[in-house]
Amino acid sequence: MSLYEAIQEERAKYPADSRSAVLPALRLAQTEHGWLSPEVLREVADALEVTPAYVKSIASFYDQFHLAPVGEHLVEVCTNVSCAVVGAQQVVEAFESELGCHAGETSADGKVTLRAVECLGGCGWATVVAVDHHYRTHVGAGDVPAIVEELRGE
Amino acid sequence: MANSVEQIVLADATASLVEYEATGGYQALAKARAMTPAEVTDELLASELRGRGGAFFATGRKWSFVPSKEQIPKPHYLVVNADESEPGSFKDNEILSRVPHRFIEGCLITAHAIDCKNVFVYIRGEYSGPYEILVTALEELRDRPELRGDVTIVVHRGAGAYICGEETALLESLEGERGQPRSKPPFPAISGLYASPTVVNNVETITTVAPIIAMGGANYAKLGVENSRGTRVVSLSGNVVNGGNYEIEAGMSLREIIYDLGGGIPNGRELKAVVPGGSSTVILTKDEIDVGYDFDSLAQLHTAMGSAGIVVLDDRCCIVQLGVRFSEFYEHESCGKCTPCREGTRWLTAILRKLEDGRATQADLDLVLDVCDRINGKCLCPLGDSDAIIVASYVAKFRAEFQRHIDEGGCPFGGHSSLDHVLAPVAMHSHSPVTQVPA
Repeated sequence: MSLYEAIQEERAKYPADSRSAVLPALRLAQTEHGWLSPEVLREVADALEVTPAYVKSIASFYDQFHLAPVGEHLVEVCTNVSCAVVGAQQVVEAFESELGCHAGETSADGKVTLRAVECLGGCGWATVVAVDHHYRTHVGAGDVPAIVEELRGE
Repeated sequence: MANSVEQIVLADATASLVEYEATGGYQALAKARAMTPAEVTDELLASELRGRGGAFFATGRKWSFVPSKEQIPKPHYLVVNADESEPGSFKDNEILSRVPHRFIEGCLITAHAIDCKNVFVYIRGEYSGPYEILVTALEELRDRPELRGDVTIVVHRGAGAYICGEETALLESLEGERGQPRSKPPFPAISGLYASPTVVNNVETITTVAPIIAMGGANYAKLGVENSRGTRVVSLSGNVVNGGNYEIEAGMSLREIIYDLGGGIPNGRELKAVVPGGSSTVILTKDEIDVGYDFDSLAQLHTAMGSAGIVVLDDRCCIVQLGVRFSEFYEHESCGKCTPCREGTRWLTAILRKLEDGRATQADLDLVLDVCDRINGKCLCPLGDSDAIIVASYVAKFRAEFQRHIDEGGCPFGGHSSLDHVLAPVAMHSHSPVTQVPA
């Protein structure tokens, strides 16, 4: 199914106002293209029959949308208080060291983008790290090399 | 323990339809459908269930505000708030993962009670795991029209914005807009999704509906204490041995939750403070935890259960740094619509950072409280208020620690606080760098 067709399926779920499909449409587009370039935003806008400016205004509001290229894999470390008091910063620094890049950047081989993120909603299982959107819990700095190896090994 | 732990929301956990039905699942739905919508709402009123999202509004009353279709001839909507993003709160994550069918049954009963055919579950974008479990559970209902009835349930994924947990921002987001709160009134019950009558309920609230119908509202109301009936799923995290979600009977003390259920503070450390109901609630000191975990008891200490996220902090936590980190969160998540919140959260972070770095003078401590006053009560939604209220509570309860930051020209923890050098996402934003306060 093309992106256009997939977006039409999403629009059909919201018969009262198909603009409700803008978040699902952007998610589909990002899954397909990796990030939301101006060309991709235009494609989404066409499929939703709205302007590219409108679509960009939405995409720029939400943290999960990437308006710049990202790596093949996404590592997101929660650094809010519940994770921080049990060592989230050490986990961030371990990833920075293994990947050779700072949080907010992508490793030189283009494999992994590292981000510090706000509360992921797994506070009792700290530190929580979302690897390609799936949660790893009770992550310590010592677990980081294996996670990076796993991502680089694919 | 003062109160027995009775599971109502999380009992007989299973994601399988067959197993759920084997333990009496979906029988409350049949019972509710044999009742009139008004009778179902009456059961909720009798249960004294109050909303579990944080505002603690009586659920039955909220439902009763929905006008009849004769009064307003528009479709009714049920929108479930599964955008759980309050730091310290992770109960809805576990509820959706462990008892998805009890949640769905609650959606279907509520739809009957408010005469609604369209249910939207707005789930935060990061919750891939619970989303997949919920969608799988809904697919199991595909071949069960007698359960689904004529109700359509759409699971709508957010995309990373704390503000969308605020009900009117959630509705804006669901309509395809930026998640910015609306001015109230009109309230959603009259004009909500697509300007139609809408009930917005939290995941735990909805998941409690089927058990209430099954056991009867009056029986549910026998649990707990006055003004806080039934059970509550509390999220326990931070410096505690056994972090996790615990379903408790309302009224159990905070000390019992932390020490009996949570196993106390690890590594031989001492308790310093407790955030009782998610980041947005007034902090409690170690001497204030012999308090019932219920609405009235916590209100006497000017705090609240909020979304029931209990964050335990040991003696290594610098309270100024705690203020910085939570303020950075609110700054990052401010939607930008109201000036006092957009600018105030940013300034609070900056002034607290100045205190932490040892650049502050006595006047800056007064300035912190002044900025709090200029935010609180002056915005459309409680996001900015939350930052102002909690920071003011840190200053009120730990003033000596703030004073030491000024007197000693920096953090008295000398690099050994549990929150040292924590990177907040707002610091990664090149378009909104944290301001430096002019000297």
